[in-house]
Amino acid sequence: MLNIQDSILIYDGSFDGFLTCVFQVYDLKLKRVLIQKDSESQASLFGKQNVVVADPVKADRVWKGLGKKTSNAGRLRIYYGFLSEKQGVENLLLRYIQYVFESRLPVDSDFSNPDVLELSKVAKSVGREKHRMEAFVRFRLTKDGLYFATIEPDFDVLPLISKHFKSRYADQKWVIYDLKRNYGLYYDLDKVEIINLTLPEGFDASKTSPDYFAVEEIEFQTLWKDYFDSTNISSRKNLQLHIRHVPKRYWKYLSEK
Amino acid sequence: MGFTRIQEKLKILADAAKYDVSCASSGSKRSNTNKGLGDATGMGICHSYTEDGRCVSLLKILLTNHCIFDCAYCVTRKSNDIKRAAFQVQEVVDLTINFYRRNYIEGLFLSSGIFKSADYTMERLVAVARKLRTEEKFNGYIHLKSIPGASDELMKEAGLYADRLSVNIEIPTKEGLKLLAPEKNREDFIKPMIKVKNEIIQYKSEKKLIKSTPLFAPGGQSTQMIIGASGESDQQIMWTSNYFYKKFELKRVYYSGYIPISYDSRLPHIGTEVPMLRENRLYQTDWLMRFYGFEVHEILNESHKNLDLEVDPKLGWALRNLEYFPVDVNTADREMLARIPGVGMKSVHKIIQARRFRRLNWEHLQRIGIAMNRAKYFLVCASQDFERRDLTSPQLKSLILQNTTSKYQKKLSPQLNLFE
Ligand code: SF4
Repeated sequence: MLNIQDSILIYDGSFDGFLTCVFQVYDLKLKRVLIQKDSESQASLFGKQNVVVADPVKADRVWKGLGKKTSNAGRLRIYYGFLSEKQGVENLLLRYIQYVFESRLPVDSDFSNPDVLELSKVAKSVGREKHRMEAFVRFRLTKDGLYFATIEPDFDVLPLISKHFKSRYADQKWVIYDLKRNYGLYYDLDKVEIINLTLPEGFDASKTSPDYFAVEEIEFQTLWKDYFDSTNISSRKNLQLHIRHVPKRYWKYLSEK
Repeated sequence: MGFTRIQEKLKILADAAKYDVSCASSGSKRSNTNKGLGDATGMGICHSYTEDGRCVSLLKILLTNHCIFDCAYCVTRKSNDIKRAAFQVQEVVDLTINFYRRNYIEGLFLSSGIFKSADYTMERLVAVARKLRTEEKFNGYIHLKSIPGASDELMKEAGLYADRLSVNIEIPTKEGLKLLAPEKNREDFIKPMIKVKNEIIQYKSEKKLIKSTPLFAPGGQSTQMIIGASGESDQQIMWTSNYFYKKFELKRVYYSGYIPISYDSRLPHIGTEVPMLRENRLYQTDWLMRFYGFEVHEILNESHKNLDLEVDPKLGWALRNLEYFPVDVNTADREMLARIPGVGMKSVHKIIQARRFRRLNWEHLQRIGIAMNRAKYFLVCASQDFERRDLTSPQLKSLILQNTTSKYQKKLSPQLNLFE
C-alpha cells in the first residue's frame, strides 16, 4: 500500500517525459515511486504528487546511460514496452531499468528474473503488433493519387513501422492513419511527418467510396479478393488454424475478407 | 486493362498455380537504393493466410496453363479438360505493381505450363522479371520457375533478375517419374539447377572482390516434391531431399501432400484424403536435418523406412535411442539439448543463456516454454523430483500419447511452429 513517504511522479505520456521521471528518481534518490501519466492520475490523499516536465536533455542522459549497461535490443525492449501503453507499465519499466543499472552482468537474457521475463513478454506482444501492421496495412488509392490506409492497433506502433514503409514505398505518397489515437504518418516522397487529420463528415473507413477513392481502386480490390479466393484448396481447409494467424478483429481492414 | 478479361485470366491462372506450396519471400538482400518501389531485405511477410492456414505473401500465378506435356499428377496436363488462358507480359507486370503498392504482397511467384518449347516459355518468364526490374524499378521479391530443359543463357539472365529460382522435381523416385511423367527425365530438371548453383557460387566469390557485382538469385534455389502420389517411402523422400540439399545447395525443399485431381488409375483416386499429417512429419524431419544437427540416416534407414505418424520424428528418434537419456540441462552441450523431445531451438538458446545465472529447475524450464509433457521423461535438472522409473520405449510412448492426443490429431500445416 501507499504510505505518506511515497512519491508519485506525473508526466505527460511522452517517452521523453517517462525517461525524465527515471532521471528524477535517481537524482532525488526517491524510494518507492509511482509513475503515472497525467491522463491516468487521480488526486490522491497519499503520497506527494510531483508533476515532472519532459526534459529532452535529462531523458537523453538516461537513454545514453542505458546504452552503456545494456545492448541495443535491451534498450529497444524498454521502448517497445513503453509503447504497449499498458496501465502501470511505467513501474515495470522502472524496476527493469533499476535492475539493469544495478546488475554487473547484462540482464537481457536473465529470464528467471520476473521483471525481465514480464517486460520481454510485453515487448514481444508489441513487436508482434508491429509485424501485424506491416503485414495487414492495406493502402487504397485516393482520387488525388495518395495511398491511404487506416489502422487501429492494440499498441501505439506507428513510430515503429515508419521506417519499414518509408523504405518500401519510396516512390509513392502515402498516409497510415491510426484512428484510435487520432494521428498518422504522411510520406511526401521525401520524409515522413506526423499528421492529424479531420476526416470528412460521414467518412466510413471500412468502405471504399468512389467519392474519395480512384476508380481503379475498386477494380484492384476485386482482383485481389478473387485472387485470394482462388488460392484456397478446399480439401485442405482448416478454419481454426486460419483464425490463429489472422485474429478476427483484424478482418475489417483486409480487402480480401 | 480490360477488367473482366483480366479477372477471368487471374482466376484460371491463380487456381492452376496454387498447388505449388512454396511461399517463402525471405532470404533476399535486395534493398531499395534507387528510390524505386519495394524492398526485399527483411524477413518475408505473410500478408494474409488462406483458409487452410498457408501464408499468402506472393502473387502466385502461371503465365499460362497451356502445356505440351501430360504429367499425370498435374492439373495443367495436356489431356485434362479445363479452361486455358495466357497472360501478356505487361498484364503480369501491372498486376504485380498494383498489388505491391497496396501492400497486398511481397512480390511475384511466376510459373508456367510449357508452351511450344522450354526456351520459348523461359524467355517470357524472364521478360516479365526484366520489365519489373528495369522499367518499373521494382525491388520486391521475384521467384521464377526454372523451366526444365531451358538453356544456360536464359537461366543466367533469370538469376540476375530473380531472388529465387526453383525447379520442382515433384516425384521423389526415378521409377515414379517414369510411371507418371514418361516424357520427362531427371536430367532436364537437374540441368538448370546445376547452372544456377554454379552461377550463384561464382557471383558470390566475385562479390567478395568487387562490391558492385550484381546480385544473382540471392534467395537461392528450392524444389518441391509431391507426397503420396507414387507409393514412395518416407526414406526415399528424405534421402532424395538430403541429396538435393547437399548436391545443389538448395535453400528449401517443399513437401506437398498429393491432392487427388484425376481418375487416372496410376494415381490415388479422387476423394483420397490429402496426407497432411505425413506432410507435417516430413517437414519436421527436414527441420531436424537442417537446424537440429541430425543426419538423415539417424531418422530414416533400411530398418526404419517410414516415420511414425503418432509421434514427432525427434521423439521417435529418442524412443529408439533411450541410452542417450536423461540429459542434464545444466551441463549438456547445445547438440544434446537440441535432441531432447519437446525442446525447440529457441528453448535451447534460452536454456544456455539462463543457466549462466543459476542452475535451472522445472519451474525455470516451464517458464522458458519447453513442452513438459514430452521433455520431462528425457531430462534432469536442479529439482530433486524427476522420472525415476525405468520405462521401456513402448511404455513411454503410450504415457506421452495419453497426454497429447488432442494435439497430434489436429491437422497441421507446414507453417506451424514445428516443435513448440
Ligand atoms: S510440364 Fe509442368 S505444367 Fe506441364 S503437365 Fe507437366 S508438371 Fe504440369
